[in-house]
Amino acid sequence: MMLALQLSHFSAATIFAFFASIVFGITQRNTKDEMIRYAAYCFGVFMVCMFVAGWVMWLLHH
Amino acid sequence: MAKSESTSTIAPTAAPVSLTAATAMPAIVGWLIPGAGHLMQKRWIRGVLIMISVVAMFAFGLGMQGKIYKPNTGDLLDILGFIGDLGSGALYILGRMLDWGGINITTAIADYGTKYIVVAGLLNIMAAVDAYHIAIGKKQ
Repeated sequence: MMLALQLSHFSAATIFAFFASIVFGITQRNTKDEMIRYAAYCFGVFMVCMFVAGWVMWLLHH
Repeated sequence: MAKSESTSTIAPTAAPVSLTAATAMPAIVGWLIPGAGHLMQKRWIRGVLIMISVVAMFAFGLGMQGKIYKPNTGDLLDILGFIGDLGSGALYILGRMLDWGGINITTAIADYGTKYIVVAGLLNIMAAVDAYHIAIGKKQ
């Protein structure tokens, strides 16, 4: 039986950003410290863009 | 911490080598089994993190009733989705064999799930290329 997940858009985007940032960090930088910093940066950018896009969509809707 | 996970900032000095079976193997293995390309080169932490990330994204996608694309549907977007899905290697093959995933994308959450599965494949391709770069000495 397949588990049916019911995530909100926010949860889905956050999980997506988390895992994508890990792989971005590992593949795009050379040293451990750089990888951690870049992964954190990517995650931050994902989250900020998500909030900005969310507010833009809210403003367009209202 | 493993020796291979050194934090040295010194760039590799060895000249990169050309494509051979030995250098291509980490990329092929890494494509088939997410993270294995790094693991076979003793990049334990990176390999495990990549494996967890790709497998988790694929599993979340399936859990959200995401669709696994099939080849030869004739639709350009489906073909692109298929190429992305194929990047997951053995996960895609297993998913097709066991008929995992939703049939049609009828809800928003199933659409998110479908994107999760595609992106899991694309991230795995990035990881396989990274494993190749380690094998040829372009990266530590």
